[in-house]
Amino acid sequence: MLIFVLRRLGVMALTALVLTFVVFYLTNLPPNLEKLARSEGSVRMTDESVAAWIEQNGHGGSVFGRYAQWLGVVPGWTYTDEKAVTRGRCIAQGDDPALAATYCGVFQGYWGQSTVFKQPVLSELGGKLAATGWLMLAVMLVMVPVSLVIGVLAGMREGSRTDRVLSTFSIASTATPEYVSGVILVALLASPMTGLSPLLNQWGVIEGKILFQGTATSAMDDITFWNFTLPVMTIALYGIGYIARMTRASMTEVMTQQYIRTARLKGVRFRDVVMKHALRNALIAPFTVIMLQFPWLLNGVVVAETLFNYKGFGWTLVTAAGNNDIEMLLGCSVVAVFVVLVTQLISDIGYVFLNPRIRLS
Amino acid sequence: MPDMLSWPMIIGLIIKQFWPVWAALAVTFVASIRFKRRLGLYGKLFDSPVGMMGFAIVMFWVFTAFFAPMIQTLDPLAQFGNAKNPLPGAPTPEGSPYGWFLLGGDHLARDVFSRMVAGARQVLIIAPAATTFAFLVGITLGLPAGYFGGKLDTGLSFAANLVLAFPVILLFYLLVTPEIRNTGIPVYLAAVLFIFPVIFFAVLLNGRYRTNPPRRNLYVGVTLVFGLWAYSGLAFNMDPLGVWGMEPNLLNVFVSVVFVNAPTVFRIVRGIVMDIKSRDYVAAGQTRGETPSYIMMWEILPNARGPLIVDFCLRIGYTTILLGTLGFFGLGVSPESPDWGSTINAGRKILSMVPHPAVVPALALMSLVLGLNLLADGLREESLKD
Repeated sequence: MLIFVLRRLGVMALTALVLTFVVFYLTNLPPNLEKLARSEGSVRMTDESVAAWIEQNGHGGSVFGRYAQWLGVVPGWTYTDEKAVTRGRCIAQGDDPALAATYCGVFQGYWGQSTVFKQPVLSELGGKLAATGWLMLAVMLVMVPVSLVIGVLAGMREGSRTDRVLSTFSIASTATPEYVSGVILVALLASPMTGLSPLLNQWGVIEGKILFQGTATSAMDDITFWNFTLPVMTIALYGIGYIARMTRASMTEVMTQQYIRTARLKGVRFRDVVMKHALRNALIAPFTVIMLQFPWLLNGVVVAETLFNYKGFGWTLVTAAGNNDIEMLLGCSVVAVFVVLVTQLISDIGYVFLNPRIRLS
Repeated sequence: MPDMLSWPMIIGLIIKQFWPVWAALAVTFVASIRFKRRLGLYGKLFDSPVGMMGFAIVMFWVFTAFFAPMIQTLDPLAQFGNAKNPLPGAPTPEGSPYGWFLLGGDHLARDVFSRMVAGARQVLIIAPAATTFAFLVGITLGLPAGYFGGKLDTGLSFAANLVLAFPVILLFYLLVTPEIRNTGIPVYLAAVLFIFPVIFFAVLLNGRYRTNPPRRNLYVGVTLVFGLWAYSGLAFNMDPLGVWGMEPNLLNVFVSVVFVNAPTVFRIVRGIVMDIKSRDYVAAGQTRGETPSYIMMWEILPNARGPLIVDFCLRIGYTTILLGTLGFFGLGVSPESPDWGSTINAGRKILSMVPHPAVVPALALMSLVLGLNLLADGLREESLKD
C-alpha cells in the first residue's frame, strides 16, 4: 500500500511538473510577452522598446531558465538600470536589493505578482478559493444526496415506471451543460419579465420582483438562499444526472446478485434488503465517480461564476486568461492540476478501502 | 405593416417553415421501419422507443442543418431595422424578405430563428467531424498501446493522463487565442493529429490485402495520395488544388477539440483491447501467423465496435457541449458567427430583461445533446440484447 501511494505521488509530481511547464510555455510565448509589455509599459511602444522591456523585466532568456526561476530552483532575475536602481523577481518595490532573497519561486512560497489585480498571487488566489470553496460545498451538499437517492430509487426496481421517469430525468440533466441550464434557470426564475417571477409576484407569493437573484455578486459578502440558489443549481444539475446514472447502473447490478435473492427468499422486507444488503455495495462505484467529478466541477464553476458574476476561482481564471496575467494563470493552473491529481489519488485509494476484493500487488 | 403574431401563430409558422425536415423525417422513418429486419443494429434501434426518440431528435437537427437555407426566414447575418431585441412575433421592417421575427431578434436586430437554424449547420458539421478525428487518433494509438503493452503503453498512457488532468477551460484559454495562431502551434498540433487518420486507413487496408500485393498497392496508394492531399490542405492550408482548407480560427477550434477528446477515446480503446486480446480468436490469428496490424485492425477492432459506436454518439454530444463552451467564452469563432455557444454568450448580458436571444439557442443545443444521449442509450440497450 505504502509503495503504491509513493509511486502514485511520484507520478503525480512528474505530471504536475510537466503540466505547469506546458502552461508556463504557452503563457510565455513571444506574442503573449509582447502583449504583456504593451499593456504594462505603453501601447505605443516601438518594437525595439518592447524587446528591451521584455529583456529588462526578466522575460528574456531561455524558457527553461525562467521556468526554473518560477519554481525557485535557480536564482531569480535581477536588472540594474542606468539610474543604478536594481529590480528583480525577488525584490519587492522599494526594498533594498541587498537584503532580498536569491531564490524565490513556488518552492519558497512566492507565487509572483498578479498584473491584473496588483496583488501577490498567493493572497489573491487564497481569497478567491475560499469563495469557490463555499460554492463547491453547497453544490456537493445538493448534488451528492439528490443523485444518490435518484440512482438508488431508479436502480432498485429496474424497468419500473419510477426507473423510466428518473432515468429520463438523469439523461436530460446530463444533456444540459451549465451555460444552458444557467440561462434557462435565469430566464425562468430570475427575470422580472418572463418565467415564474411575474406570475408569483402577481399572485402575491413573493414580495420582490424576482424569485431568485440572477447574479451572485452579493453572495461574496453574505450567502443567502436568495442569491446562491441559482449558481448552485446550475452546477449541480449537470453532475446529478451523471452520478445518478452511475449509481443506478451499480444498483441494478447489485440487485441481481445471489445474496440479494437469498435475502428476499428468506423473507426480509424489500426496504431492508435495499437499505442493509444492497446499498453499501452499490455505493462503491459512485464514490469513484463523485471523486472524479471534482475536476469536472471545476469547469462548471468557471462557467457558473462567469455567468453569475461570482468572483471566485473560476472568475479569476477567466479574468487572468483574458488579460494575459501570466503569474496568476500559472497559480490557477497549479491549483487546478493539484485538485485533479489529488482527487484521482483519493478515488484510487478510497476504492481499495471500500472494495476489499481489490488487492494491490 | 403586419401585426404582432400570437404564440399559436408563431408555433404554426415555425412548424410550416420546417416542412422539408418533416418530409425527410417521415421518409426516413417509414423506410427504416419497413426494412428494419434487414438493417442490422440500425434496424434494431427501431425496436426501442428511447432509441427511436433519440434518433428522431438527432435526425431533426441533421435535416435542419442540411436544409438550413430553405428553412431560415431571413439572412442570419443581416440586421433588420434598428429596434433592439424585437420580441418573438414582432413584424420586420418594410421590404424585408419575411414578415416577422418568428422567435424575436437579438441586440443587433438579427433574426434569432434564422440564426438558430444557421447555427445548427455549423455545429453539425464541426462536432461530428471533430469527434471522428478524435476517434481515429484514439483508435490508432489505443490499439497498439493495448495490444503490445509495455513501454509504449506506459508512455502513451502517461501522455493521455497528462492531457486529461488539464482543466478543459484552461486548455482552451491557452490554445485558442489569436496570439497562439501567430506562433503556429495549432498548425503543428494539426500536423500531428491529422496524420493519424491517414495512418489508420493505410494500415487498415495494408493489413487486409497484404497477401495480394497488386490490390494492396492500389488501395494503399489511393489512400495515401488522397489522404496526404487532404492532409496538406487541412493541416497546412497548402493544398495545391485548393479543394481542402480550413480557416485559421476554425482550425484552431477544431484541433483543440480533437486534442481534448482523443485521450479519452484512447483510454476506452486501450481498455477494450486489453480485454479482447485474451480471446481465442486472437490466439488463433496469432497462430495462423497474421501480422499484429491485421489482428488489431481486422480481429480486435470489429469486435470492439459496440461500445465504440455508443461512445461515438455520446462523444458527439460532448463535443457539441465543448464547442458551445468555446463560444460561451468568446473563444475562436468570429463574433458574428451564428453558432449556438456564441449566440448564448451574446444574449446572456441582457438575459434577465429579454431572454429569447439566449434561450432559443440554449434549448436547441440541449435538445441535440439530449437526442444524442437517448440515441446512445437505445443503441446500448439494443446491442446488449444479442
